[in-house]
Amino acid sequence: MSIAEQGVAIAEAPSDDIVLDVRDLQTYFFLRRGIVKAVDGVSFALRRGEVLGLVGESGCGKSLTALSIMRLLPKGSARTIHGEVLLNGEDILEKTPNEMREIRGRKISMILQDPQTSLNPVFTIGEQLREAIFRRTRGRTREVMREAVAALRRVDIAAPEQRLGQFPHQMSGGMKQRVVGAISISGRPEVLIADEPTTALDVTIQLQYLKLLKRLQEETRMAILFITHDFGVVARMCDRVAVMYAGRIVECGPVDQVFDNPSHPYTQALIASVPKMTGSTERLYTIEGQPPSLMDLPVGCRFAPRCPYADQRCLAAYPPSFTVGAEHTADCWRMTAA
Amino acid sequence: MKRYIVYRMLQGVVLLCMVATIVFFLGRLTGNPVDLMLPEDATAEDRVSMIKALGLDGPLHEQFLIFVNNALHGDLGTSIRMRQPAVEAFFDRLPNTLAIIPWALLMAMVIGIPLGVIAALNRGNMIDRAAGSVAVLGIAMPSFWLGILLIYVFSVELGWLPSGRMGGPAHYVLPVITLGAFLVAGFMRLIRSSMLEVMESEFVKLARIKGMSEAVVVWKHCLRNALIPVLTLWGVFVGNLITGAIVTETVFAWPGVGRLTYEAVIFRDFPLLQAVIILKAVLILSINLFVDILYAYVDPRIRLA
Ligand SMILES: Nc1ncnc2c1ncn2[C@@H]1O[C@H](COP(=O)(O)OP(=O)(O)OP(=O)(O)O)[C@@H](O)[C@H]1O
Ligand SMILES: [Mg+2]
Repeated sequence: MSIAEQGVAIAEAPSDDIVLDVRDLQTYFFLRRGIVKAVDGVSFALRRGEVLGLVGESGCGKSLTALSIMRLLPKGSARTIHGEVLLNGEDILEKTPNEMREIRGRKISMILQDPQTSLNPVFTIGEQLREAIFRRTRGRTREVMREAVAALRRVDIAAPEQRLGQFPHQMSGGMKQRVVGAISISGRPEVLIADEPTTALDVTIQLQYLKLLKRLQEETRMAILFITHDFGVVARMCDRVAVMYAGRIVECGPVDQVFDNPSHPYTQALIASVPKMTGSTERLYTIEGQPPSLMDLPVGCRFAPRCPYADQRCLAAYPPSFTVGAEHTADCWRMTAA
Repeated sequence: MKRYIVYRMLQGVVLLCMVATIVFFLGRLTGNPVDLMLPEDATAEDRVSMIKALGLDGPLHEQFLIFVNNALHGDLGTSIRMRQPAVEAFFDRLPNTLAIIPWALLMAMVIGIPLGVIAALNRGNMIDRAAGSVAVLGIAMPSFWLGILLIYVFSVELGWLPSGRMGGPAHYVLPVITLGAFLVAGFMRLIRSSMLEVMESEFVKLARIKGMSEAVVVWKHCLRNALIPVLTLWGVFVGNLITGAIVTETVFAWPGVGRLTYEAVIFRDFPLLQAVIILKAVLILSINLFVDILYAYVDPRIRLA
């Protein structure tokens, strides 16, 4: 198994310690009225212990990228038709459903967007945690329950013993999301995908949750793919960032480099649209126009119709990834001039 | 929770009063009940003395008070045909009906619920359609026809099962199938649609993210939620069965309250019919109350509210 050996070899070199390597992922919806190319050639790598941000407008395919990796696409018309998802060097798209089930929760896990609906309303918090912990430990009920208490305590839930017997509706949204976090990481995954974990929370507790997540990440050294549409959150949470537009990653690099030198016009526009906390009533920069229909994508650069710099070249063909700096790439024809 | 139960009981009492009132006035609307009660060869004196005896000579509101007073003392009149207090006649027969209803319900659930789950899991394909047709068959076939068909096949032709009357376990098979059949579709459709809804939930996704097996996801996480809307209708289903028992019990000569209802109609036994209607209302209301308490148990959002 050359791929497996490669995985081991990579694991020994700390600078290149890649735990999740996504290559040219394509997930389409096959509908009667056409093909929706929701994820169309996404590639990125996630290192052990790293937080990679995935940013982009609503509908650009962030959640579907995550669900493709988890292999939990909505039933019916969605299919991952191409690509590789290498987890420690092994392609999990090739795994059988049973093997995949073993991987989920233990190797790779996910926090969903909406805490209000992520917990099962008819089971107690304790039961929902127990299931997840028991899967890993196969321990006695007493031990599993002790671990459940510890898991709740780890996500800053006060009086965890009492909480175990409660139902989701007896908790606030912020608390539920922390419980979801506790459940998601209870299998001690190496990779956690957090899909906009704070968008449904009150602004006041968003920051608290982000801090918690950051602390957990530092404690467990798990790698996080952090999905958001907020560049402000990226600056706070992430080591690197990938910018997604209409089903593709258009720019990727270390956070400070991307902030200092945003190279794709879309990234520039996104960063310009982040509200500045200077107190002045600065007008928000908004990007003109609409993202293209995923059913009818332009041949060339997908951002060209909205791009102030677009020329013939941009309309004719999709640009390759150009290197901007160390580990910093951008898919834009303007990079050739540099 | 206690307050909820008390509240629901009061609600039941109010409803029952309404049913009793309607039954009473409907009875008077169709003329003097004495005309219904007397045999056809009765004389005018018989009529007058009966009117006196029943207190039917006073004004309507007085009659109503007498009726209410008697009812409160457990007296809902006397069956003409059986010369027995109507309440007694009802309670004599009730155990026989209650002996088949739970089995019919159980049968409908045991078949209908898995069928609904399987249909939902196979949404849109052949299996879904096949499950749908099985269920629809149960509705499309009138009970009396299904009953007769079953008797013909299993009693007359094959001689495996008795065709009617009460007796050992074998006597229960055909009536229970006949009575339960039309509920199979009800359960199946309800479970199918609520399963389809539940399966889209985020918490189902989280269960999969945790790495739960497909069986646990479907039969534990989904079904438990999908059962909630079904449970709320459980009371209605039992009500349906009590009504449905009229036909089934008649076809199978089953001595329950369904057949009693049929007899009361056929023999124009008005006091009996009146009593049967009121007592069935009591029965259905009690069952609904019981179901609501059970429902509150299954759905913690209600229990703890
Ligand atoms: N069931 C579906 N059928 C057809 N198209 C779908 C379906 N679900 C999603 N899509 C399409 O896939 C695209 C990507 O969806 P996705 O949920 O990944 O977006 P997102 O980037 O996560 O957005 P958001 O920030 O709003 O969560 C959307 O533009 C949508 O049009
Ligand atoms: Mg999303």
